[in-house]
Amino acid sequence: MQERLLEVRNLKKHFSTKKGMLHAVDGVNFFINKGETLGLVGESGCGKSTTGRVVLRLLEATEGEIIFEGKDILQYNKQQQREMRKEMQIVFQDPFASLNPRMTISEIIAEPLVVNKVFSSKVDMQKRVKELMETVGLAERLINAYPHELDGGRRQRIGIARALALKPKFIVQDEPVSALDVSIQAQILNLMADLQDEFGLTYLFISHDLSVVKHVSDRIAVMYLGKIVELSDYSSMFNNPLHPYTQALLSAIPIPRIDIKRERIILEGDVPSPINPPEGCRFYGRCRYRQDICKNKTPELKDMGNDKYVACHFTNNLKPATV
Amino acid sequence: MSNAKTLQKQTLEKTSQPAKKKRSPWVTVWMSLKKNKSAMFGLIIILILIFCALTADFIAPYGFDDQDLMARFQTPNSKHWFGTDNFGRDILSRVIYGSRISLQVGFIAVGISMFTGGALGAIAGYYGGKMDNVIMRFMDILLAIPGILLAISIVAALGPGLQNVMIAVGIGSIPSYARIVRASVLSIRDQEFIEAAKAVGANDFRIITKHIIPNSMAPIIVQATLGVAGAILSAAGLSFIGLGIQPPTPEWGAMLSTGRQFLRDHWHIATFPGLAIMITIFALNLLGDGLRDALDPRLKS
Repeated sequence: MQERLLEVRNLKKHFSTKKGMLHAVDGVNFFINKGETLGLVGESGCGKSTTGRVVLRLLEATEGEIIFEGKDILQYNKQQQREMRKEMQIVFQDPFASLNPRMTISEIIAEPLVVNKVFSSKVDMQKRVKELMETVGLAERLINAYPHELDGGRRQRIGIARALALKPKFIVQDEPVSALDVSIQAQILNLMADLQDEFGLTYLFISHDLSVVKHVSDRIAVMYLGKIVELSDYSSMFNNPLHPYTQALLSAIPIPRIDIKRERIILEGDVPSPINPPEGCRFYGRCRYRQDICKNKTPELKDMGNDKYVACHFTNNLKPATV
Repeated sequence: MSNAKTLQKQTLEKTSQPAKKKRSPWVTVWMSLKKNKSAMFGLIIILILIFCALTADFIAPYGFDDQDLMARFQTPNSKHWFGTDNFGRDILSRVIYGSRISLQVGFIAVGISMFTGGALGAIAGYYGGKMDNVIMRFMDILLAIPGILLAISIVAALGPGLQNVMIAVGIGSIPSYARIVRASVLSIRDQEFIEAAKAVGANDFRIITKHIIPNSMAPIIVQATLGVAGAILSAAGLSFIGLGIQPPTPEWGAMLSTGRQFLRDHWHIATFPGLAIMITIFALNLLGDGLRDALDPRLKS
């Protein structure tokens, strides 16, 4: 078995709102092996970005364990947390909002180095900044430019360079390409794949775009309303989805051919509110296969063998949908 | 062949531009401020005023308290360019000496309120919750008291004098700075670049000073330039009721209020100190607008 870099156990993040507790992340379990990419997919508001932020402790978890390299990072004190930040970084969704408009490119990329006092001499630091810019494919002449002078792709490269500055082992990619043009998306995705090979990085790749996730992930976790409903490797997810939600989700991927007709599973109704959700399966209201037990008992994420995990009471009895 | 080579070389040279020269941020601000003509005009006026204040002893034609009772209420003439007041004092000299007091009051009072108000507002906005509530409710208490009344009570408690006037006027306008800074901090606090700074391990002090304050400068600068005017007028108000600068020290506001009683027959007594206040405020506003634009890299061409 491969070495696990990160393991998340029963992670919960609840926000208190005026209407009640909002269960953004509600008992999430997953692990990421060293050097692989775990894709985290789900629709808007299902808690995938929150999961990414809680894993980095940008938000404090309500409950659960986050085991990074064998240690629970939720128990870390401030000093240890600072050290942890060097190992775990994040690339944000919006390259326009994630860069301080009043700092130059070099100041932005150097910030992690300054904050963590990595270099004592300015010359060394400038050298490192230039090296990072080269790594992510930014021309050196842009070093004193401001973010507003650059396009989305270049800005996202700055975000990546900043995340790389401390030589982390693990990077959360929070929808890093969803704000970019399709042509630039490919460039950025390829850049990140190259970086992964070069530095042995491990990614948690958060996205709502199935085609992007398919392109980059080794394993995929599907989230629905704060819970992971299915977690498996890339090929078995797309060829043999077991959870009814995953089946519906995959049936929505358009196939660019007219001679293939497939059954499109249309989900009825809306996503229920994550505020004070009822007991039972979260997907109950919209599931085609629902039965009484689903209403009363929350299904656990069960090991189906071959590193495949599904949270459904009837995983073995559902007929696999044709995709 | 060789033609093609030189052509290639030329295009290569064209595309590989050198990196923009690294300049210190203040130099960059200065460069773009220099391009702004109205801001430079404002800056020149301010510099002239400061020069007047510093060299008043040499450039003023008369002493500020030299009375000449034979020459009372003279309209502007070649001997007294701005005329004389009810004690026969030269108004030009008094305006020049007055710039010392008025500029001091304006800048220092605004400095006091900008720094305390700004810091309180930044803390309230950034931390939110209880801290926010405590600070802002305290600001509300200050706001509930009319500014001039607050200033009067503070000066009455501390005793009249230049220093106390500055403190009183400064405290009175703390809440407006706190509110402005808090509002702009709130709008910036939840942006992703703040989260990015947290993710690399920056502490709160760095986040507030490096990321939040520079991005919330614009409204503060505008408020401060307007505030200098307000501070000069408030100080004038205090002088008017005898709690501020004590006569015979010349102060523009006080001169204005003395001139008021003779306004019907002798227009020049109130006009010149009034013009001085107006020009100062005008220059500060021009400079403030220019500074706000110069500090924003997005507006640079």
